[in-house]
Amino acid sequence: MAASNLTPYRRKLAKRRRSATLFQSLCVGAVLVSLLMLAALLYSVLSDAIGWLNLDGSSIRTLLTDIPSSKAIASGLWPAIIGTVWVMSICIIVSFTVGVAAAIYLEEYAGGRRIDELIQINIQNLAAVPSIVYGILGLAIFVAFFVWIDPESAAKGKNVTAAGLTLALLIMPVVIVSSQEAIRAVPPSVREGGYALGATRWQVVWRLVLPQAMPGVLTGIILAVSRAMGEAAPLVIMGALSFVPFAPTSPLDRFTVLPIQIYVWISKPQEEFHMLAAAGIIVLLILLLGMNGAAIILRNYLQGKHRG
Amino acid sequence: MTTAAEPVAVRHALRFEGVTAYYGANKVITNVDMAVPEHEVTAIIGPSGAGKSTLLRCVNRMNDLIPAFRMDGKIWFGDYDLYAPGSDPTQIRYQIGMVFQRPNPFSKSIYDNVAFGPRINGFNGRLDDIVEESLRAAALWEEVKDRLKESGLTLSGGQQQRLCIARALAVQPSVILMDEPCSALDPIATLAIEELMQELKKRYTIVIVTHNMQQAGRVSDKTALLMPDEHRVAHLVEFDETSRMFTNPTDERTEAYITGRIG
Repeated sequence: MAASNLTPYRRKLAKRRRSATLFQSLCVGAVLVSLLMLAALLYSVLSDAIGWLNLDGSSIRTLLTDIPSSKAIASGLWPAIIGTVWVMSICIIVSFTVGVAAAIYLEEYAGGRRIDELIQINIQNLAAVPSIVYGILGLAIFVAFFVWIDPESAAKGKNVTAAGLTLALLIMPVVIVSSQEAIRAVPPSVREGGYALGATRWQVVWRLVLPQAMPGVLTGIILAVSRAMGEAAPLVIMGALSFVPFAPTSPLDRFTVLPIQIYVWISKPQEEFHMLAAAGIIVLLILLLGMNGAAIILRNYLQGKHRG
Repeated sequence: MTTAAEPVAVRHALRFEGVTAYYGANKVITNVDMAVPEHEVTAIIGPSGAGKSTLLRCVNRMNDLIPAFRMDGKIWFGDYDLYAPGSDPTQIRYQIGMVFQRPNPFSKSIYDNVAFGPRINGFNGRLDDIVEESLRAAALWEEVKDRLKESGLTLSGGQQQRLCIARALAVQPSVILMDEPCSALDPIATLAIEELMQELKKRYTIVIVTHNMQQAGRVSDKTALLMPDEHRVAHLVEFDETSRMFTNPTDERTEAYITGRIG
């Protein structure tokens, strides 16, 4: 090893390996901490929910198919489940179409003019606006709009569509930014290949860029929609916090959603309602997992189709 | 239609007239005049940064996609002025096909890759036929005929490049531009593409950019040499029959470049 003294390098391999190991353990530690938090949360919710299951006369069937009641064991989530499905459907449709269209414009059409840059910066800022502010916006615009359209309606403007649109606005910035990233990840050579065959810009975007970006776009939507599904604050501001004894059947119906129903139950003084709320959280989680699972299956299918 | 009695004049697929290109305020190519004969392979050679690709991309107006780009002069495609006001780049691009430096198949099946051009251009014949014909013309059919549904990205690099050639042929262009088509390929795949070019020139006019002089010598009928001057502006130094240019160049810079003294 005499020769190594002559080289200008001081490789310090052992030290470098130690710092690599240290960094790796820090990363693993960070993952473990967040997993532990989640596990603790799940444990506390699950134990409460099991407490509810052990109450006399409680049944999962009642929980899933009945309307809320003043007695915990007779209370159900039916209006909230259907309300969530309605609100989220509108939210997904609007945020997906408008969000992806905006991302296409910003990535493929906007030409770096000042106004485009301004829009871009504002979208990024909007992602940081608290959800409750969107609730105020929803109240001031959508609810007011529906009241103006039909002042006599039973919903008083606080309908499924107003809520869906508000939540769509809430997640729009996240959808736009993540879609932009997915679109940007499609290599320029793909676009060149399309243009070189006489494709118009629209054909290149629609037939080449979007299909290849779609798995990434869906990933962003999944994350954003999961967030919207658990939101109660903006809907509470809109005035959706009320007793709704029926499931909505049209986009202009009154509604409640799972997070609001859970919030209502948790605010009650009786212990049974807290257990009931925990059971509601489990239902919300299952719905969330189901929806995410479906989106992931769809994404993997699209990915498989394109990678071959 | 010309009749057999008339003397056969060399027809030119493309004519460059005083082509000068700018990126923003920077002039990158100045005053290129040359005429590309039909059914021949014309090679554009020159050192890196000599504007070879830029000149090639002037032809199918791919440079239009770069906002800062500007071009003076004219490029004639037959009797058609490619830069005439109101001429439509998309219409030009399906008559003048292009193959790129790195194979860029779409992440679609082999079949859909080839069918892409005909589909977007409103082809109303039998797609199966044009796909098979194009893949045969690109010497790829035998290798992929049983796996047309598989992704184009599963092919090897050389196969992918032939797929890109088939994709370009499927819109039935008359000129094919090739921008260093073999630079990402191994020698065997390169040989396959070079042999294919000799076959293709019977039906198409080919302009190929290459940094590889041996390749230009092997495949081309005519060669254009671009060289940057001290201001990094590219000039067309010499344009002649490849055989004459490689054995008996008239410009001393050509001789210096070909013998490897500069560039």
